[in-house]
Amino acid sequence: MIANHSISDVRVDFPSLDQIVKVLLLEDYNTRVVVLGVMALGVASGIIGTFLLLRKRALTADALSHATLPGIAVAFMVAVSFGGSGKSMVWLLLGAFVFGCIGVLCILAIRHTTRLKDDAAIGIVLSVLFGLGLCLLKIATELPGGSAAGLQGFIFGKAASMVASDARTMLFVAVGVLLVTGMLRKEFTLLCFDETFSTSQGWPVIKLDMVLMAMVAIVTVIALQSVGLVLAVAMLIIPAASARYWAKSIMSILFLSAIIGCLSGWLGATVSALIPRMPTGPIIVLLCGFWFVVSFVFGTNNGIVVTQIQRAKLNRRVGMQHILRAMWEVSEENASSTFRVDEIIRLRSWKKLAVLQLLARAEKRNYVTRLPNGDWMMTTGGSIEARRVVRNHRLWETYLIHFADIAPSHVDRDADTIEHVLGKDLVERLEHLLDSSYDLQSPHPVGERA
Amino acid sequence: MPIEAGHSETSPVSIHDLTVAYHRKPVLWDVDLDIPEGKLVAVVGPNGAGKSTLIKAILDIVPRASGEVLLYGKPFKKQRKLVAYVPQRESVDWDFPIDALGVVLMGRYSTIGWCKPTGKKDKLLAMDALERVGMSEYAHRQINQLSGGQQQRVFLARALAQDSTIYFMDEPFASVDAATERAIIQVLSDLREKGKTVVVVHHDLQTVPEYFDHVIMLNMRVVAHGPVEDVFTNDNLKKTYGGRLTLLSEAADRLAKNKVLG
Repeated sequence: MIANHSISDVRVDFPSLDQIVKVLLLEDYNTRVVVLGVMALGVASGIIGTFLLLRKRALTADALSHATLPGIAVAFMVAVSFGGSGKSMVWLLLGAFVFGCIGVLCILAIRHTTRLKDDAAIGIVLSVLFGLGLCLLKIATELPGGSAAGLQGFIFGKAASMVASDARTMLFVAVGVLLVTGMLRKEFTLLCFDETFSTSQGWPVIKLDMVLMAMVAIVTVIALQSVGLVLAVAMLIIPAASARYWAKSIMSILFLSAIIGCLSGWLGATVSALIPRMPTGPIIVLLCGFWFVVSFVFGTNNGIVVTQIQRAKLNRRVGMQHILRAMWEVSEENASSTFRVDEIIRLRSWKKLAVLQLLARAEKRNYVTRLPNGDWMMTTGGSIEARRVVRNHRLWETYLIHFADIAPSHVDRDADTIEHVLGKDLVERLEHLLDSSYDLQSPHPVGERA
Repeated sequence: MPIEAGHSETSPVSIHDLTVAYHRKPVLWDVDLDIPEGKLVAVVGPNGAGKSTLIKAILDIVPRASGEVLLYGKPFKKQRKLVAYVPQRESVDWDFPIDALGVVLMGRYSTIGWCKPTGKKDKLLAMDALERVGMSEYAHRQINQLSGGQQQRVFLARALAQDSTIYFMDEPFASVDAATERAIIQVLSDLREKGKTVVVVHHDLQTVPEYFDHVIMLNMRVVAHGPVEDVFTNDNLKKTYGGRLTLLSEAADRLAKNKVLG
């Protein structure tokens, strides 16, 4: 099996049903370790990532994860020079953690002592420390005595190398993150929403920030093995960003974000266990990305489908109000409730097809009926509705002219954009303001438009 | 700590020789004054005069270059419980996933203390504060769906929920609708009735005599302070708004430049 693995081997072997069942039931020991580990990681990163996102520190976390590389290399070299194998995971991760924190401190130092803004500071620290890490890694691999071959695995992640103790660490971290955020939920919320107020209340803002970033650093470090340092930030940001498309309160965002992280971890590990040559880390990140796309398209909270449906509804309402107002104005001129299509078209710069479509919709609602001779006639219901629309429009126009100092020649256009969103309460206030005896007189000559 | 001559231990806010600098450029010079108890105090001055900075320096949000501030004779650190603060509305991201009640509850956090959840009593107090600013029906509305004036009232309610003795408000009247303006005025007069001291950064000079008892006229230094009827004069207004004092701002610029040169 192993002999077949080479760079030119690009076949994808689809698993048999047997294999699928075996992986899903976690019968294989290695699969069990990886799946449980990354699921725990998904929960931890989903939770702490929510606060990271709300604190607007997503990119800082990216710099943090890149800054871990020199830490890994240094830890390896120190271990080797003391005669160790250099592969002790504890020391490697400790080195990663220390350098991750150094990276964050460098960003803070640059921001406070220079005039550079966050983005530049992050860019500098991320690239310089990552570059340093690559150089040190090269030196480490040429060091006599130790075998540094596995260190490359930290860059892109190598879930297959995970052992039981790694999975245990991940579970431990996930529980720790849950406990700490559970306890400090209100403090973190205040920190993320209003730092100034928080300071004035005597909360130790800097210390809280340090706890938050330390937890981010710990989660990043345990993500190195499975997802790798280049992609670690995805696990922190994407589940939380996706959850915001479904939930409105912090509690529900935290919950959903943890679920999305956990689900991505489980699916990713499962897929890569079933299909050889599929790297676990990138698959997990791709799955996170998939959830994000699903969320931002279908999400109930500002997802694009929901937004588009609302916009389409508004457009239909606006179109209907336009045609009703046009019918009213034409019949006002004719002193009759019948009118011809070209009279409507003349009133506004709109296409015949659009007018016919609108008339068809108005007919469906029983606002108009088509006469045998091809003319149209407003029904009683139609003229009541049209009168209401026209009245709102003219109330609003009058208000704009009298209270907002808008020239009568421009007022029609301005009134047009706002009147369609006027609610009942606003109309009542307008009536009150303009005296309810208002008689439907247009404040400017109808038909003469700028 | 001995109280210097001319300053009283009973003053809610007593400022001694306060100087504040951003990037070593002084924005407030030698502010030295006592704020009287139980009054509505306006802080006025042109843009960049250091009005917000004065409040932030009192509340230890920005560091002081020199001088000290005492609240009822003690430093702010020991008197935090006495102080409520309404920051500028623009200072936070209103797209935050929280409802109006959630923001007002933040005013209770320091009373609740570390790690404990908000209780029923806190919710009642928060609802009461929302009621006082006429926002109770919006308690469960997401804050990004509130208008600017409504957001301002939520901030005000958060300060009311703190139930403090001294209130600091940073431009609460900035670009709000008429309903909000009325609500804020109502709250201010309620607070005065209860004997609270309120310090408000204010932009609209015309309403100063109507809304406030006391005024601090600021332009990098205190031009005048005292009861509105005594110090809110044309002469003082000219001094406050008639451009920055050339020598003072030049000196400030030079100090800032020295830092760049090392």
